[in-house]
Amino acid sequence: MPEITFVESLRMTLREEMERDPTLTLIGEDIGRYGGIFGVTKGLLETFGPHRVRSTPISESAIIGSALGAAMTGIRTVAEIMYIDFTPCAMDQIVNQVAKMRYMSGGKAKIPLVIRTQAGGGRGNAAQHSQSLEALFLHVPGLKIVMPSTPYEARGLLKTAIRDDNPVLFIEHKLLYATKGFVPEEDYTLPFGQADIKKKGKDVTLISISYMVLKALRAAGELAKEGIDVEVIDLRTLWPLDMDTLLQSVRKTNRAVVAHEGCRRGGIGAEIASRIHEEVFDYLDAPVERVGALDVPIPYSEPLERAVIPSEEDLIQGVKKVLYRA
Amino acid sequence: MRRRGQNMGLSIDEALCLRMYELMLTIRAFEEKAIELFEHNLIRGNIHPCIGQEAVSVGSCSALRRDDYMVNTHRGHGNCIAKGADLRRMMAELLGKSTGYCKGKGGSMHIADFEGGNLGANGIVGGGLPIAVGAGMSIQNRGTDQVVACFFGDGATNQGTFHESLNLAALWKLPVIFICENNLYALSTPLHEAVSVSRIADRAVAYGIPGVSVDGMDVLAVYEEARKAAERARTGKGPTLLDCITYRFFGHFTGDPGRGATYRSKQEMEKWLERCPIKGFRNRLFEEKVLNDKTEERLSNRVKNAIEEAVRFGMESPFPSPNEAVEDLFSEGANRA
Repeated sequence: MPEITFVESLRMTLREEMERDPTLTLIGEDIGRYGGIFGVTKGLLETFGPHRVRSTPISESAIIGSALGAAMTGIRTVAEIMYIDFTPCAMDQIVNQVAKMRYMSGGKAKIPLVIRTQAGGGRGNAAQHSQSLEALFLHVPGLKIVMPSTPYEARGLLKTAIRDDNPVLFIEHKLLYATKGFVPEEDYTLPFGQADIKKKGKDVTLISISYMVLKALRAAGELAKEGIDVEVIDLRTLWPLDMDTLLQSVRKTNRAVVAHEGCRRGGIGAEIASRIHEEVFDYLDAPVERVGALDVPIPYSEPLERAVIPSEEDLIQGVKKVLYRA
Repeated sequence: MRRRGQNMGLSIDEALCLRMYELMLTIRAFEEKAIELFEHNLIRGNIHPCIGQEAVSVGSCSALRRDDYMVNTHRGHGNCIAKGADLRRMMAELLGKSTGYCKGKGGSMHIADFEGGNLGANGIVGGGLPIAVGAGMSIQNRGTDQVVACFFGDGATNQGTFHESLNLAALWKLPVIFICENNLYALSTPLHEAVSVSRIADRAVAYGIPGVSVDGMDVLAVYEEARKAAERARTGKGPTLLDCITYRFFGHFTGDPGRGATYRSKQEMEKWLERCPIKGFRNRLFEEKVLNDKTEERLSNRVKNAIEEAVRFGMESPFPSPNEAVEDLFSEGANRA
């Protein structure tokens, strides 16, 4: 198969999984004739009909809650929330209903539900269409959180998410949609809780996820020119979190940087850095560095947005800081 | 089976009437026992007794089949019982025991019994409505003739989820019966201070579905409307909003001073007590000679024994072990990471 885009990979996966499981139902805003605002569900209504591709009114709570009710009663469901910025409209359904239903029923509820949503900045969409809210959901037990970085990962992880009998929040970065990559033709899945070492290195462990992985790889390329050998790890899933791979890498490099696009304050880097400090403190030659967005909403104007969201240069500085070369 | 009740304007069989009466007695007795156990510090948190609302639970659930779904509220013991839950496992859950419906993880506000179609109760007012819509969507996709009974209170009709859910269910003609247990108060806030229309049933107009106000103290009236709504749902005609006007005799919850006397007048409370749904139904059954002293004694004893057995079972059951706290989060088992 030639290289395909992230969007094409997602669309192909949804189609394949809908063919594989005749109950699989999609629900979300504008996902029918329009094909979704980013074109991910294009053509699916025509093939699978309006009961399995349910284009909804603008009712985020009803989208998530009805997806939950359907999933609990035997219909595997993928709900789409157009922007992660709109998940707060459905926060009760996600946090109090979806995440807790299985636990508070004593393990009886089976919830084969994926919430697909789109996040991230960099395109001038301003404060309510550019957020990275994964840390909010990481704080809620009962959700799995997946953030793919390439078309290959998008397909393998989405298949795993759909076939999982638990709620999965599947977050797609808007700047990844047009990126291209190799995707094998055969059916494959990628396991949750298994990080991927995107580039091997011996000097510093650079941990990232989603679109930030691309920046991390570019930063590593620049740093290589200065003789700094960076190991780039793509977490792939935020929960379950593959600490084993991280710790193994840090035991080797003795230095770590966690980079993410959400605010630095209370971001996922805080959790990961803390875990590294707790578990391999004696191996560290420097405190774990966190690189995240400034603690403000995402501004509109280009120079302002650039200032807020971590850049390649910020990652380079983060790596140099743990090497005491900043 | 003999047919009775012509004077009631209904053609309802005697066995069903007696069953409904027994269920109402069971709910009342269960709630009274639960309050007693709460007062003895054997039940934690709080409970929201549905005493006074028994006719809504029993009337509507009597129109359901076992394979129909039910989505419940925080004041939901009565609906669980009317939908066929096992009293022993309910009581065990209230007592926090591992034999409870949720192995002690849910408590009073989260009893779920999936085998009996009970998709669980909700501690969030209005939280269950979208879930009921989803169950309706699932029925439609699977092509069965099940229905969903979605219970909620008058307070929930002011939540966004009420409006989103009625719209979606109406739009897609989903088999959902929206049953408002309209007990006239959202905690302490009276209906007329919180709802912009005088009748909650009128809110159905906005979604183009039937909205019916029912005397929620009359089990047969509730049954009749629920039966019609269920028939409508089963035949693909879509949802109905039932506005069952009722009253909670006990107050909002076990911490409500004077059983709600701080926001409800003595006269009002007394007026509603006179309209007790169990007393009213009992009188009618006596008048119709469906019930006599002997049958009543038999039913009362059976209820008493069932409640005692439930308490015994709950009290004798073990508490969960502390390490179970990290189980049941995901389907693959423990999640300790």
